Amino acid sequence: MSVMTNENIPKPLVEKENVPPSEPETTPNRSLIEISNFNFFYGDKQALFNVDMSIKEREVTAFIGPSGCGKSTLLRCINRMNDLIDIARIGSGTISVNGVDIYDERVDTIELRKRVGMVFQKSNPFPKSIYENVVYGLRIQGITRKSVLDETVERCLKGAALWEEVKDRLDTSGLSLSGGQQQRLCIARALAVEPDILLMDEPCSALDPVATAKVEELIHELKNRYTIVIVTHNMQQAARVSDKTAFFYLGELIEMNATDQIFMSPDKEQTEAYISGRFG
Amino acid sequence: MQTTQTPLPPEAESLFGRPTRAKRTERWVFMLIRAGTYFILACAAAIFIDIFYKGAQTVFQLEFPFINVEFLTDSPQTLHVFEYEGEKMEMKDSDFRVFKEETGASIVSQTYAYSGGGIWPCIVGTVLLVVGAMAIALTLGVLSAIFLSEYSKPGKILNAVRLSILNLAGVPSIVFGIFGMGMFVLAFGWNVSLIAGWFTLAFMVLPIVISASEESMRAIPQGLRDASLALGASKWTSIRTNVLPYAMPGILTSSIIGVARVAGETAPIMFTAAYALRDQLPWEGLEHWYDLFFQGVMALPYHIYVVSAKIPQNEYTSQMQYGTAFVFLFIVAGIALTSILLRIRMRRKYRW
Repeated sequence: MSVMTNENIPKPLVEKENVPPSEPETTPNRSLIEISNFNFFYGDKQALFNVDMSIKEREVTAFIGPSGCGKSTLLRCINRMNDLIDIARIGSGTISVNGVDIYDERVDTIELRKRVGMVFQKSNPFPKSIYENVVYGLRIQGITRKSVLDETVERCLKGAALWEEVKDRLDTSGLSLSGGQQQRLCIARALAVEPDILLMDEPCSALDPVATAKVEELIHELKNRYTIVIVTHNMQQAARVSDKTAFFYLGELIEMNATDQIFMSPDKEQTEAYISGRFG
Repeated sequence: MQTTQTPLPPEAESLFGRPTRAKRTERWVFMLIRAGTYFILACAAAIFIDIFYKGAQTVFQLEFPFINVEFLTDSPQTLHVFEYEGEKMEMKDSDFRVFKEETGASIVSQTYAYSGGGIWPCIVGTVLLVVGAMAIALTLGVLSAIFLSEYSKPGKILNAVRLSILNLAGVPSIVFGIFGMGMFVLAFGWNVSLIAGWFTLAFMVLPIVISASEESMRAIPQGLRDASLALGASKWTSIRTNVLPYAMPGILTSSIIGVARVAGETAPIMFTAAYALRDQLPWEGLEHWYDLFFQGVMALPYHIYVVSAKIPQNEYTSQMQYGTAFVFLFIVAGIALTSILLRIRMRRKYRW
């Protein structure tokens, strides 16, 4: 990264000592997110049951399953967005990112969310200019140097395959863009804080097929640099974009495997029934 | 449509038939709604026209500079009406004394309290009261709205708090006045003073400010908060950058209503801040700068009350009443207009 000013050198996630050192990055596709025996509740209602999962670096992992199966819940647990819901609580189990248990009380959620970015189902650009949307994450860190901001805007909009369409009107409102462009703007905004992981919660559910194709293309490109977890209702989309697919049903992880494997010859009866459209 | 010549097919008949019950009801409801609106408009127009017509006679004049400068810049004084060398003369007290000395004549005049001079101290007092009270009310109101909408946990306690805030809005203003007197004037020992009036008025409009601000904050889509938190914003940063700016137009709307109430209420300041008559302007004769806050002021609504209810009525006091009401409406409209313009500018900045 050419913008390594001392303001955005990543701080350690856990600021105290005795943190397990992350293993050196030698093997490609090492496991980046480890979820083990994870139980999650909304009030008295259990939403996730004993989920065990390992998500590899620089892969696209798709979560599929019928509505209410817990796939979005799990996604929102990975950057602790569920902290915002009062009645949400963890029963047992851990999620670790890069070897650090993110539910450790010493973890700074702000720092965590900078590393684990999120793109939401409904595109939600701020009612500000395109430029200000992209640099928001930097502004709140107190970065004001124009050169850094300009460079980030161009890099991230290019990264989100939006630069050519908007480069002449960076001052117009982000809300003036079309739905697909708005969603790519949200992706650009997430890229600006340089996350390692990008969580996408049904990013294409409100988009038309052409815009969906563009976002999917983008996911393909982003895979080279980011680890992506995508929740989707659209099984074809999972088949098209992901390397691994996890099938959830009623809060349980039924099966997780290479995407081809899941769609061609799933191990479990339920998975087969769901992807062939017999329920869900 | 009534001139259709060809016989209608039976299935189309109902389209051309007599007005149905639903249609007649609709017409009645519409007329009722329209009548209600026109009635209110007529009442408002009657009040405004009366005040403008009679008030304009006091505030404006036919000769240059067309505005009665004395009325706007002088203090209220006693009016002397007398006959001098066969001519009927009206003179405010200060002029009358000079006149008497110059002519050396012993003149017997009829005096009318408060009917001479102007209302400058009242204008100053009202503006000071409005600015201070709104500053306090907006600060406290927005802070508690942020707490209620963003930080508090939903539940019975929160509902009880909301309900009591709403109920507070229904408390008669005289109750606030007496509360203010007991609390600020007597218990805190602030005496009849600007600061006691500020807090009393601020407490009176707090319910409006809190509930309007909270509503406008809750109307901000959750997606914006989520998005900024997901980008590494702390909760407060998210509120500061993505809730407050967009809620500002709504907060300003509440402040417009608040300004009108603060400027217009008489009861809350009657015992806490208002003097019927005071020679000095608020910035005159101060020993310390903070004495500014601990002095009573004259105020337009209280002046109207005094002139129209506390002294014998005649043609001269009536001029004063209408003139004061006219100026008062003008000032409130001015402050409200400022808020509206500010709101329009903000809305334009954050176009949804």
